[in-house]
Amino acid sequence: MPSQRLIEMLVGLFLLFAIFSLAVLAFKVSGLTNLFPTKSYAVTAAFDDIGGLKIRSPIKIGGVQVGEVSNIALDSQLFKAIVTMRINDQYNNIPNDSSAGIYTSGLLGDNYIAITPMYSKTVLKEGSTIEFTNSAMVLEKLIGQFIYKIGNSGNDKGEKNANAQ
Amino acid sequence: MSWIATLGRSGMDSIRELGKSGILLYRILFYPPNIRKGFPLVVQQVYMEGVLSLLIIIVSGLFIGMVLALQGYHTLAKFGASQQLGPLVALSVTRELGPVVTAILFAGRAGSAVTAEIALMKVTEQLSSMEMMAVDPLRRIISPRFWGGFISIPLLTLIFNVVAIYGAYLVGVRWLGLDAGVFWSNMQSSVEFHSDIVNGIIKSIVFGVAVTWIALVQGYFAIPTSAGIASATTRSVVYASLVVLGLDFILTAMMIGEW
Repeated sequence: MPSQRLIEMLVGLFLLFAIFSLAVLAFKVSGLTNLFPTKSYAVTAAFDDIGGLKIRSPIKIGGVQVGEVSNIALDSQLFKAIVTMRINDQYNNIPNDSSAGIYTSGLLGDNYIAITPMYSKTVLKEGSTIEFTNSAMVLEKLIGQFIYKIGNSGNDKGEKNANAQ
Repeated sequence: MSWIATLGRSGMDSIRELGKSGILLYRILFYPPNIRKGFPLVVQQVYMEGVLSLLIIIVSGLFIGMVLALQGYHTLAKFGASQQLGPLVALSVTRELGPVVTAILFAGRAGSAVTAEIALMKVTEQLSSMEMMAVDPLRRIISPRFWGGFISIPLLTLIFNVVAIYGAYLVGVRWLGLDAGVFWSNMQSSVEFHSDIVNGIIKSIVFGVAVTWIALVQGYFAIPTSAGIASATTRSVVYASLVVLGLDFILTAMMIGEW
């Protein structure tokens, strides 16, 4: 058994190693950055259907991330989803007639909100609302419409054939 | 009707065992330790149980990470999703493999040693002679070993996680040629600090209590013969591994189901 002093040093090194590991896990692996939140302002928008949007989903303008979704709630009168977004303070010149749409990154990726800027002179600020929104494209709905169309066109042919006979 | 009596007897025996173990844990947790005398003992046990387990933890972490990356890469590549290798490895290591494998390795490396040590002390009547000299064996022997394991396991789990992810980085990026930026950024976007890493640490704390408690109970209540030490050591490792796997399921259900 080594001396008590050596043991204490080795245990100290062990603790340091473990703390270093925790720091690596926090900052390198999980990308923990909201420990020191950047200054941001909140903007809301009402969507008919938000698809798979989640809290912390990214907000993008032209593909560049400018903020993230901070809250999702249901308006119990209109049955619309009220999405609260936090946009970083450095992007404080977004026109207030911009439109927000929910898109999917890749074919099966996560949802994100894309803001398309327009030309108004007044800008979005804390508490303002984005009026123009596009709902999420839900894949099942699209497939449903597609199959419905195929089914209809098949019926048309069938009726024509029946008439011809 | 004798089998009903046998069943009843074995039931009462196991409840009595559980009660004795519970009293031992209660006495470890709630008898105030002497800070000035107890602290060096705890440091010694952190050395014996934690620092000396580092080698096996690092080596197995490295290889588990490397194997996960290799297997995951070849499966994901079939779907053209090999850039999701980082999230796959990081999530499976931080949520499940890190805490569970560390606790099982710890049970084999340090838990068995603690059991054998205490059981031998009991066989050679060192514990009784300590009591004769008015030294409480619970404070002098049992309690430092408990706190040593309790402190060591979460720290070893953190180290295991980092080493396994580094092993996956070595295989995925350096050997199989994935892009390093994609590897890390996909990992960062899908691993959350609270729900993945903190939950893994909570799991490892629970496992730490369970593994060291089982090791101490098996040693302290071992039958004082050489065969008794052998079966106590075996049971310490087997029970600890089974309890860790069972508790892991319960904890995962609690964390995912938001009980």
